[in-house]
Amino acid sequence: MIVDDLIRHPAAWLAAGGEAGAVVSSRIRLARNLRSAAFPGWAGEEECEKIWQKLRELLQAAPTLAGSYAIGMDELELLDRQLLFERRLISREHAGKGRGSGLVGTPDERLAVMVNEEDHLRMQVIRPGLDLREAWSVMNAMDDELGSRVDYAFSPRLGYLTACPSNVGTGLRASVMLHLPGLVLMNEMDPVIKGVTKIGMAVRGLWGEGTEAVGNMFQVSNQISLGEKEEEIVHSLEQIVLEIVEHEKNARARLRDRKEAILRDHVGRSRGILENAHILTSKEALDLLSGLRLGLEMSILKCVDRRLLDELLVLTQPAHLQKREGRKLKPRHRDLARAQRVRQVLAEAGVKPVE
Amino acid sequence: MLCESCQQREATVHLTQVVDDSVKKVHLCEECAAQKGLDVHGPVSITDLLMGLGKAAEAGPEAVAGERSCPRCHMRPSDFKKTGRLGCPDCYESFTAELMPLIKGMHRSEQHTGKTPGGVEGVEPAADEGVEPAAGESLETLQRELEKAVAGEKYEEAAQLRDRIQAARSAAPGGPVS
Ligand SMILES: [Zn+2]
Ligand SMILES: [Zn+2]
Repeated sequence: MIVDDLIRHPAAWLAAGGEAGAVVSSRIRLARNLRSAAFPGWAGEEECEKIWQKLRELLQAAPTLAGSYAIGMDELELLDRQLLFERRLISREHAGKGRGSGLVGTPDERLAVMVNEEDHLRMQVIRPGLDLREAWSVMNAMDDELGSRVDYAFSPRLGYLTACPSNVGTGLRASVMLHLPGLVLMNEMDPVIKGVTKIGMAVRGLWGEGTEAVGNMFQVSNQISLGEKEEEIVHSLEQIVLEIVEHEKNARARLRDRKEAILRDHVGRSRGILENAHILTSKEALDLLSGLRLGLEMSILKCVDRRLLDELLVLTQPAHLQKREGRKLKPRHRDLARAQRVRQVLAEAGVKPVE
Repeated sequence: MLCESCQQREATVHLTQVVDDSVKKVHLCEECAAQKGLDVHGPVSITDLLMGLGKAAEAGPEAVAGERSCPRCHMRPSDFKKTGRLGCPDCYESFTAELMPLIKGMHRSEQHTGKTPGGVEGVEPAADEGVEPAAGESLETLQRELEKAVAGEKYEEAAQLRDRIQAARSAAPGGPVS
């Protein structure tokens, strides 16, 4: 079973490349459609099923997708679809789909293609750290391969045609996931969000609903996909991210200079609760893990195995917890299982204060 | 600029709203925007805003009697307003009049400049369009590139762009001779 294989190793975006910091991961997503078919939301189930069968074959034959798996959404139980969502391999919308839509991806999870989500093809490349250019070059190659086998819906004026006009043109959405506890603690996130929004990019909380950013995790992405070249979009986003990272560094420095007691208290409490709690909601766990991460990056805490801690970001999510327990759990029982898991991992990772 | 709603605070939220088939600009302060249920900081895509506003302002009958539909997929503009998604690639042709202001509002552009399925980069103005001269299109693109170059203090690039703009201007039929 494909899903069971996937959870044996950490999600691709967590396989921390180099020194961990404010940047968690980079993602490039490309939307493409077949010229000859109605968009998935308007085509009937039968047409979608035909498209899925045709595309799954074409995708698996593409050299960049050598050795890939292909699964129909109707072949998966809800829990498995949720698990793919938690690993960021499919969208929330796709997790709700059934017959006529599917996922093709490489076992290392770096390449994933949703078929018949909002568009016929939603291809993504995910890489840990700030690595947008490399992600784009992999994506570009995959797109060229497919483009030579598939007749894409394209117009010289509007570029690649997508179900929603907000993606038309390049069909490109580049995004970077950032951990910004310094800016949040210093109360400086609002001006950053405003500044980024003004230049046509978007910042949103990663797990929260609406404006709320659970675990101080944010996603920055381009909003404009028409009128700029792919390389320009990637370059501008990269520049913005580097700027935000600089702001975050400054905020952390000021936090240490002016609010050291508050910083140490925040980190200490995060560790204390994670190590001792017996009931943890998903949101609380993510918020506290942010404090732990900050402590490690500011040399207030140290650990033997940082990777184990990073993995908790995914392993404490509902579907991952239930998959590990091998059964469905009520939210109350999940909170118990989550706390137990966290205590165990923290002990294994050997988290200690720096003297 | 003052907020259109309260006329007191500075307007910081600028939105493009689609009412019937015309595009309207709305300028609000954050408080008033929040009161109108617009989540200013939220993960609202531009489309959601546009479509959401369109819906709220309309609140009319679901489908307009006798409205046109896409000859290929039979989607009607009212279907699009409901879902925010088009029916097929041809819908872009079928509803050009309705879509172009929307697209321009979202992307601040109406000309693709990225890669093409043939793998050839660069602007290839639509030959079948015939409405707007190709020179005007690339002029607009060049102008934007020039602004960007100046903002980025890339003066050498800016000088080259300026020359290209001048060349394009004098080539355009009826263009200003300067
Ligand atoms: Zn106001
Ligand atoms: Zn259509």
